[in-house]
Amino acid sequence: MSTRDRIVFDHVSVGFPTPSGLLPVVEDVCFSVRDGEFVSLVGPSGCGKTTMLNIVAGFLKPSSGSVTLDGAAIAGPGPDRGVIFQEYGVFPWLTVENNIGFGLSLRANQRSKEERAEVCERYMKLMGLHEFRRAYPKTLSGGMRQRLALARAYAVAPQFLLMDEPFGALDAQTRTAMQDLLLEVLQKEGKTAMLITHSVEEAIYLSSRVVVVTARPSRVRCIVDVPFPYPRTQSLHEQAEFIELRSTMRDLVMREYAAQEQQARDAAPS
Amino acid sequence: MTDANPLRRAALLALPWICVVLAWTLLHYSGLVNPVLVPTPAQVARRFWELMSNGKLPIDMLISARRVLIGVVLGTLLAVPTGFVLGWYKNVHGFADPLVNFFRALPPIALIPLVVVYFGIGEAAKVVILFYAAFFSGVIVMYEGISQISPIFIRVARTLGATDGEIFRRVIVPLSLPHILTAVRVELGVVWATLVASELIAAQNGLGAMIQNASSFFQLDLIYLGIICIGLIALGMDLLLRKISQRFLNWQDRISA
Repeated sequence: MSTRDRIVFDHVSVGFPTPSGLLPVVEDVCFSVRDGEFVSLVGPSGCGKTTMLNIVAGFLKPSSGSVTLDGAAIAGPGPDRGVIFQEYGVFPWLTVENNIGFGLSLRANQRSKEERAEVCERYMKLMGLHEFRRAYPKTLSGGMRQRLALARAYAVAPQFLLMDEPFGALDAQTRTAMQDLLLEVLQKEGKTAMLITHSVEEAIYLSSRVVVVTARPSRVRCIVDVPFPYPRTQSLHEQAEFIELRSTMRDLVMREYAAQEQQARDAAPS
Repeated sequence: MTDANPLRRAALLALPWICVVLAWTLLHYSGLVNPVLVPTPAQVARRFWELMSNGKLPIDMLISARRVLIGVVLGTLLAVPTGFVLGWYKNVHGFADPLVNFFRALPPIALIPLVVVYFGIGEAAKVVILFYAAFFSGVIVMYEGISQISPIFIRVARTLGATDGEIFRRVIVPLSLPHILTAVRVELGVVWATLVASELIAAQNGLGAMIQNASSFFQLDLIYLGIICIGLIALGMDLLLRKISQRFLNWQDRISA
């Protein structure tokens, strides 16, 4: 892992216009993601984490400050940044194979037919989907759909992987399996990853650093280095250091949740 | 229906029809109604063969079916892009919605007298009224459907590097197809109803005119025959469309089988 900064948030603020004025959602956020790093954002739901990810993805521009990618401003969405959405977004009208091949058939990443087939083949194998290559998404389970979304994002060989609560809708077992699969493919292909999650446990298990975000408007509460080396296995969860780090961070995050609740109570008409 | 035995399946399909024909026959002989007022299925069938062999019925059927198809095709051609614009651009939808609903709520049949004044009783009048019926029933289905398309698919395509043109061709078109087919199905129903009404009022040929003429001469078997033909053609068109839907939309969760 080099120490080169790749994604840099520099005093980023975002506000959304509402009838009662500008609602600040993100306030003065500074942090960076280094090459090959896995950085998670944790914090109360609805606090503006997704907004930050959307800026990196290119769907949104900050109201002030800047987000740069390898030193350059972000012009819009692009195939260098793979995005995994919570609601999967697999294309229901395409088979598994064609979902994975979709990106490579676009002009932006045009490949020969053979190359495309080869890439599809590789990711179907990796994600355990090759038996379902001609199946439509309606027949797949939630975990399989999420694997398909991951395979489709991977197929265009993005340098960055941006994930917004990707495992939120999965059951505990599938979630664990997906976490390990994610670590495995990241290990193999060495991508720089950003993850949004509300699970402290998941954030620690997957990340090299965790950014704790405050209740809205989001500011960076603190950035925690996760000291455990990769490759990691689920047994990490039982180690004393892991448990200690988890409880420290839970306290941090719970305090933000409480602040969020308080905000909601204050805002509610009595 | 998932019955494996084809014979049993056919029997099950035929059963309700047989029941209807049986009930009809019984009604004729029951003495509950004047038998003159209810022709038997056999009488209607005889009339059917007679008119089929002298070529009158096929011509009327063809004329009616052709009018329906022209109306539906023209209506769809305009309803698809219009419905698309209304569904896609939410701000257009806001002010166009009441207008569209006003015209849609007007039964096309109510406009027939006006159309007769402007366009006479020739083919042009029928095309105008059927186009109207098809367009306003189709446009509603289209824009309701299009406005429900989730923006997530477009976002995903963008992150994979799709251009606007690619997003339109490869994401929006496949997502619109089910709504287009539903629109056509709804249009067919409305247009058939409108067609027969317009033929009843002003036409020299077509199934509606046939019924109207038969009524003037108290030919009840002919009226029955006309009604049955209208039902069967409508049913056939709907079945055909459903087959097309199944063929192209087998990726969808719900398919009306």
